[in-house]
Amino acid sequence: MNRRTYLSAFLGFSVSLALHACGAKPDAASSASDDPNQGTVGDGLQGKLVITGSSTVAPLVGELAKAFEADHPEVRIDVQTGGSSRGMADARQGLADIGMVSRALKVEEADLYAFAIARDGISIILHQDNPVNTLSPEQIVEIYTGTITNWSEVGGNDAPITVVNKADGRSTLELFLGFFELDPNNINAQVIIGDNEQGIKTVAGNPDAIGYVSIGAAEFSIGAGESIQLLPMDGIEASTETVQDGSFPLSRDLNLVTTGLPAGLAQSFIDFTQSSDINDVVKAQNFVPIDR
Amino acid sequence: MLLKPKTSSPSTVNPGLHHGLNHSLDIYQKRRSIDRILQVGLWLCAGIAGTISLFIVIFLLQESLPILHRLGLNRFFTDDAWLPSQQRYNLMPMMVGSLLAMAGAMAIATPIGLLSAIFCQYYAPGAIAQAYRRLIELLAGIPSVVYGFWGLVVLVPLIGQIHPPGPSLLAGILILALMIVPTIALTADASLTKVSTSYLQGAQSLSLSRWTTITQIVLPAAKPGIFTGLMLASGRAIGETMAILMVCGNVVQIPDSLFAPMRTLTANIALEMAYATGDHRAVLFVSGLMLMGVVSVVVWGTGVVVDG
Repeated sequence: MNRRTYLSAFLGFSVSLALHACGAKPDAASSASDDPNQGTVGDGLQGKLVITGSSTVAPLVGELAKAFEADHPEVRIDVQTGGSSRGMADARQGLADIGMVSRALKVEEADLYAFAIARDGISIILHQDNPVNTLSPEQIVEIYTGTITNWSEVGGNDAPITVVNKADGRSTLELFLGFFELDPNNINAQVIIGDNEQGIKTVAGNPDAIGYVSIGAAEFSIGAGESIQLLPMDGIEASTETVQDGSFPLSRDLNLVTTGLPAGLAQSFIDFTQSSDINDVVKAQNFVPIDR
Repeated sequence: MLLKPKTSSPSTVNPGLHHGLNHSLDIYQKRRSIDRILQVGLWLCAGIAGTISLFIVIFLLQESLPILHRLGLNRFFTDDAWLPSQQRYNLMPMMVGSLLAMAGAMAIATPIGLLSAIFCQYYAPGAIAQAYRRLIELLAGIPSVVYGFWGLVVLVPLIGQIHPPGPSLLAGILILALMIVPTIALTADASLTKVSTSYLQGAQSLSLSRWTTITQIVLPAAKPGIFTGLMLASGRAIGETMAILMVCGNVVQIPDSLFAPMRTLTANIALEMAYATGDHRAVLFVSGLMLMGVVSVVVWGTGVVVDG
């Protein structure tokens, strides 16, 4: 009987493990609609729209899709993640009606039409009590590569720096590394985090930590009383305004892309995302609305 | 009554002959059919549980076999780093991290859990024991993300004051220990309750001390149940994700001290799965498979200990 007890306990446990794993599973193999142009049939808004791509953009588009579906009950919008490159590939092959891309299009991607729906900026955050309130790009590079390991070297307290970095594969990490031309092999971090919220909590709980997060998320947390400060970048204040007017250097557009000029349902949805009606949804997702 | 066998329907053969006999036969048949329903139900439940776990293993294998085939198992132990974006896939640090966190948590939680069960059963006055039990049950019901959050905002800064940076193997061990103490205490308490009273009476008539009775008679008698609890606890410890993700720092390295940050297999999957594509995603399934392997070893090991 004992063996049975163990077996059943093991089974229960493995199920819970699998649920953990499945919860994080990003995409079921493409379930693109049988007829991607279904939405173009008829002039009333009905049909199904498939949108795939960047997992940074997906939560925002998911919310927008919900709002759109609420206005047009006959419409179903299927949002799937899988990275910006999948978004572009799916749009090109017709597997998706619209692709999501979390950066500006490159020259060789000019065959696609891009529609910016929001902007995202990232900046350095420190604990509120940290006397340091500005860091040059060189200093940031040296801190992240482990050349500078004590705050006293950049005018702060005599305390070891806790470097907070993002997990491999996160788009914020790519943007950060790309901006500072850092090699992931050379990063010397003490804490690795997943999402923005975790980064903010980590820095708020450690007076000697340095991290970088989405500016929208940081502003929201500062407003909610988290003890963190946002540092300027290259002398430009990190705020929703500087991201919005494009002066903040470390920022990117979040785009929807299509192969041709969008028509039918896809056009209606893109028109919806290009209106200022969505600004509240954009802000709720900690992104910055486009100045229209 | 659908399952009633034809031969056992005497009421239709001898109508009204032996009322009493018929009555008891009816009850007998009713019981039998309830037994049948129960039996079928149990088979079904067991079948579903078994099939699900089989499917999980098959799914994990299906997702990870292609990449295992292409890269070979060795690369997951001998590569110089874990940087999936650069095709470097060393899972060893995560494996060691998972095992260290589990072992540390078990080392702390086992004595605490066992002693608290013994306290509850044999030392505490009835009312206190009951209140204490409720408290432990409450502790068992707290979701792991709450433990993690508490760890992140209270425990980690505390450890950071003693030895920066704060997020560390130690934080993980303490949080896990806190989470599995209730599992161990409650299962041990339940198995101590089941120890036959005659053993205790025997011990008393030999005028053995309370402590000798507990260590020499009660604990050996309750061993299988206690070990099941320990196995469940170690399973929870090694499978825990959210809390560990929040307090351990998640740096991919074999920790060189209790205060060094480290990453577990589960945290690795949770951190990277959302953004992983292609090979990166496939190697995360390999981490899942390895986790499954570690758990199987733990379960098998407990079985060996208990069954001798």
